[in-house]
Amino acid sequence: MSDTGIGARVRRKEDRRFITGRANYTDDINLKNQTYGYFVRSPHAHATIDSINISQALKAPGVIAVLTGEDLAADKLGGLICGWMIHSKDGSPMKVGPHPALAQGKVRYVGDHVAIVVAKTKAQAKAAGELVRVSYGELPAVVDPADAQKSGGPPVHDLAPNNTVFEWALGDKAATDGAFARASHVTKMNIVNNRLVPNAIEPRAAIGSYDAASDHFTLYTTSQNPHVARLVISAFVGIAPENKLRVVAPDVGGGFGSKIFIYAEEVLCLWASKRIGGRPVKWTAERTESFQADAHGRDHVTEAELAMDQSGKIIGLRVKTIANMGAYLSTFASCVPTYLYATLLSGQYNIPAIYAEVDAVYTNTAPVDAYRGAGRPEATYVVERLVETAAREMKIDPAEFRRRNFITSFPHQTPVIMTYDAGDYHASLEKALGLADYKGFPARKAAAAAKGKMRGIGFSTYIEACGIAPSAAIGSLGAGVGLWESAEVRVNPVGTVEILTGSHSHGQGHETTFAQLASDRLGIPIDNVSVIHGDTDKVQFGMGTYGSRSGAVGMTAIAKALDKIEAKAKKVAAAVMEAAEGDVEFKDGSFTVKGTDKKMAFGEVALAAYVAHKFPSNEIEPGLKEGSFHDPSNFTFPAGCHICEVEIDRETGMTEIVNWVAVDDFGTIINPMIVEGQVHGGIAQGVGQALTEACVYDRESGQLLTGSYMDYCMPRAHDFPEFKLGFTETKCPSNPLGMKGCGEAGAIAAPAAVMNAVTDALGVRDLPMPASPHRVWRTIKGMRLAAE
Amino acid sequence: MPSVSLNVNGQAVSAEVEGRTLLVDFLRDHLGLTGTHVGCDTSQCGACVVHLDGKAVKSCTVFAVGCDGVEVTTIEGLARNGRLHPMQEAFQENHGLQCGFCTPGMIMAGVDLVRRRGKSLDESTIRAELDGNLCRCTGYHNIVKSIQAGAAKM
Amino acid sequence: MRDFNYHRPAKVADAVKLIKKAKNGKLLSGGMTLIPTMKQGLTDLTDIVDLAGLKNAGIVVGSGTVTVKAGTTHNDVADSRELKGTLPALAAVAGAIGDPHVRNRGTIGGSIANNDPAADYPAALLGLGATVITNARKIPADKFFTGMFSTALKRDEIVTAVEFPVLRRAGYAKFPNPASRYAMVGVFVSQDTAGKVRVAVTGAGPCVFRQRQMETALEKTFSPDALTEIAVSPSGLNSDMHGSPEYRAHLVNVMARRAVSAAR
Repeated sequence: MSDTGIGARVRRKEDRRFITGRANYTDDINLKNQTYGYFVRSPHAHATIDSINISQALKAPGVIAVLTGEDLAADKLGGLICGWMIHSKDGSPMKVGPHPALAQGKVRYVGDHVAIVVAKTKAQAKAAGELVRVSYGELPAVVDPADAQKSGGPPVHDLAPNNTVFEWALGDKAATDGAFARASHVTKMNIVNNRLVPNAIEPRAAIGSYDAASDHFTLYTTSQNPHVARLVISAFVGIAPENKLRVVAPDVGGGFGSKIFIYAEEVLCLWASKRIGGRPVKWTAERTESFQADAHGRDHVTEAELAMDQSGKIIGLRVKTIANMGAYLSTFASCVPTYLYATLLSGQYNIPAIYAEVDAVYTNTAPVDAYRGAGRPEATYVVERLVETAAREMKIDPAEFRRRNFITSFPHQTPVIMTYDAGDYHASLEKALGLADYKGFPARKAAAAAKGKMRGIGFSTYIEACGIAPSAAIGSLGAGVGLWESAEVRVNPVGTVEILTGSHSHGQGHETTFAQLASDRLGIPIDNVSVIHGDTDKVQFGMGTYGSRSGAVGMTAIAKALDKIEAKAKKVAAAVMEAAEGDVEFKDGSFTVKGTDKKMAFGEVALAAYVAHKFPSNEIEPGLKEGSFHDPSNFTFPAGCHICEVEIDRETGMTEIVNWVAVDDFGTIINPMIVEGQVHGGIAQGVGQALTEACVYDRESGQLLTGSYMDYCMPRAHDFPEFKLGFTETKCPSNPLGMKGCGEAGAIAAPAAVMNAVTDALGVRDLPMPASPHRVWRTIKGMRLAAE
Repeated sequence: MPSVSLNVNGQAVSAEVEGRTLLVDFLRDHLGLTGTHVGCDTSQCGACVVHLDGKAVKSCTVFAVGCDGVEVTTIEGLARNGRLHPMQEAFQENHGLQCGFCTPGMIMAGVDLVRRRGKSLDESTIRAELDGNLCRCTGYHNIVKSIQAGAAKM
Repeated sequence: MRDFNYHRPAKVADAVKLIKKAKNGKLLSGGMTLIPTMKQGLTDLTDIVDLAGLKNAGIVVGSGTVTVKAGTTHNDVADSRELKGTLPALAAVAGAIGDPHVRNRGTIGGSIANNDPAADYPAALLGLGATVITNARKIPADKFFTGMFSTALKRDEIVTAVEFPVLRRAGYAKFPNPASRYAMVGVFVSQDTAGKVRVAVTGAGPCVFRQRQMETALEKTFSPDALTEIAVSPSGLNSDMHGSPEYRAHLVNVMARRAVSAAR
């Protein structure tokens, strides 16, 4: 391994601009003649729009335009879409409520878009926005997924009676019912997966710019997948054909899923720019708007049962989940509680029969879509809470219970679609037990008790399906797109290299890891490799970054393009060195001819490819540039074991995480430093879900109660211990690099580990997330949880 | 419109600003110093931390007009003569950043922490003192390591 | 935020004149609460009178008293060497406010004039029996904090300093709101050489208040155990998603005991 190659802890190439304040985020961009957009948003969770009076706002200083849903309808623009069709058990397609970028006739959640005010300054736009007079007819609201189907009130969308989007199922019901009929022990739990707000620290922003002279649009936006944004905005919303729309996602300050989706604000800034004659329209979310109108995550209500035989072997799993979709179906919303959720319900376990039913419902809340892990944290939470509880009930050590049920031979076909290709769950469990000093836990618990603290330990042996996704497979399941990735490798005449990728880096460090791959493969210094992404004018196409896919899918595309570069370069080298192509070998950056001392450095071959004097051009084209589209043949299956130890202050209910061990199997690791960082961040988000974070709407009024950091509790540095990380490795067989993906693991594993530890410490069966001090104190007090 | 004269990153600056102009907007919009970020509207996230007369403050909660005669240091002014500040180097060395959005505020907070608590910082002190800075990417693990390492080299 | 007229007087008398003259004016000290409130559009101010020009900061340790000038920042109080020797509990209170950046900017005068029900300083003032000194008069802490966000200050009255008595011992314990880090419950406890005890509670109710039952108990025995059996009534205490009145009532007891333990 070279000090910059695969496996090396290379310091990030991109860091310098971030640590010196020279990064280029969307809000840092200012275009000539720029104007500012302000969104008038619904103050009500559910209401008819009876009239909108914009006359006062239009007269306000600096105002250029005030546009409403009527204007949008007049321009015949399409609505926002959901790209994954789910069919109900009865075969009927999901009920898709129209989702215009500006509300038409009705608002459906607090923060729904009612009008855009465009003015010369941000302050003017905002001041004028307050002068837009909207007359609303308030309607009863429903916010809780458990209430949605039985609210009896007016449905969120008329086309979806009882607010039901779909009633979907996966698995073999009869076989599962049979397993339960013969079970010797059944563990049943009601599980709530709390609603979260992603909260990338960079708020969303967009600048729409229309150039009348060329009839061309440019959108700068905070996106994880600018090409998909362009596709949707072109093909479905109809702003402009793709060749007339450039989408740029420059430096993006974190995404965690929330910046995958195509949002109303992006569409409206583009549209408004044309409406006002081409001056750019810029909008940057205030944090309050992020809380109101970013797509939220999770929000499941589940009844789940696990059936065991006498020996503690799991024989069946039955799950019924109601998933909150919010007021509209966001871009990928429908696949999250279905194919990204129920397909993972087998966990790391050999479960012969699984049956899962999922009802998706509309409510008067912000749209819910993928948030770090997307469906897989929810599945892991169900499985790992059940498994831990079953072990306790059957008085089997939770580690031993898992050992008895682990899948041990691969490939393994689960009853819920997935074929696990490789893994070693015993290895990660045993390594984690060692790192956590599991044997020493009783002594630590006793020591804690002596100082008045309740200590508990919890496991989460999680699995995820990443490397999203094989196009044929997902196509058969309803996806509207293929989820391959593209890459282009451009070798310059001096031998430096540009890698263009359809992946998008918003913290993942692609500019370093992708360069490591190219440097390693081509034997050139890492500084000679540049990675280009995030601009539809530069990169031909791409599907973006989410679902822990950029390594397994994005880098494989690069690896394939590099293969082609090598093949072409060998032809060039053969021609120049007057050797047979088959005799040319490439190693450590040099082309040699077998059995001779002929040798050319990579840079020399690159130059020769462009000079093109020495090879017959009728056989070899000049230049050295290759592209590849990689479509994976399977998902990848990262898995591992996280162990959490907590101490609870009996008097205040405060939970402190005192020990965290994570042992993950991500297959090949390109840069351990970056992978560790991904794990740290994922754990923190999972811990946030378990201990501090909850997005709360008022059950009566539908008002958002957690609309700022004053009430939404973001985890801070003092909420965490130092994490202890370890790795095991089984190579992923479905890509040549053997990579599985690491971006979501922590967020998937952590909540169950924390809650298993908290319930262990308290000696209770269950406790809803987040285990806030107040809730833990009430549990300790044995007080009944008030309805909330 | 009131005017304000101050020193930003070693340069004298005079400007007319509205009373309501926040220091962060003055830095970003008037001076083009976009390294200082805005991540919330309730003075909690710390992405906007700069130094006023050497002390860390949230520039989203300071009126520019009130900064007359003040010396402001932003992330852009931390490196001197092309050489990174030890705290900046430590963030790169210890992978203390991912998306980079909270990073300027974290680095400025780290430098201020050394001013107040010295160069030898233990982990729990750093964690407690990061109460005013939110990060969503790193789980704070490597930020703590970065500040510890950066402090030792200051 | 609406624009406003900005004033930066150099003298207290000028500040008084300016605020008197303003249609809807407000005094600005550190601005750590006022500016966020203005950003949320919750105020419609015509004039801001910035007190920074008064340069009224510093801590004066006298015989039996500590005087903290109104413009002194929380960090200057928290990190004060003299204070750590004479009145460490006051330094602890200041060090528990907000976060380091807020503490570098926020001032004692601004904090107490605002009287946020979850602020820390009011507990220290009430718990020590401090005296608020204004341009016009001296106000005992017992009469200063009159209700939620309200004080005995007149519209054109400016806090210039707070005088704290140095007592035999004092301590502060705070349970922060997990999200905002304001006090969910903060309890300040003190005892003078004559044995008189003060227990001041912030965060739990609409305004800082004294817990007389605990004071009586501690005057008999100044020990955490003296408080164990005292049940605080949840009636009238604050309620929000982070804590019910019952939880806050319970925390008052827990924090009071911890404050007693911390007292020195």
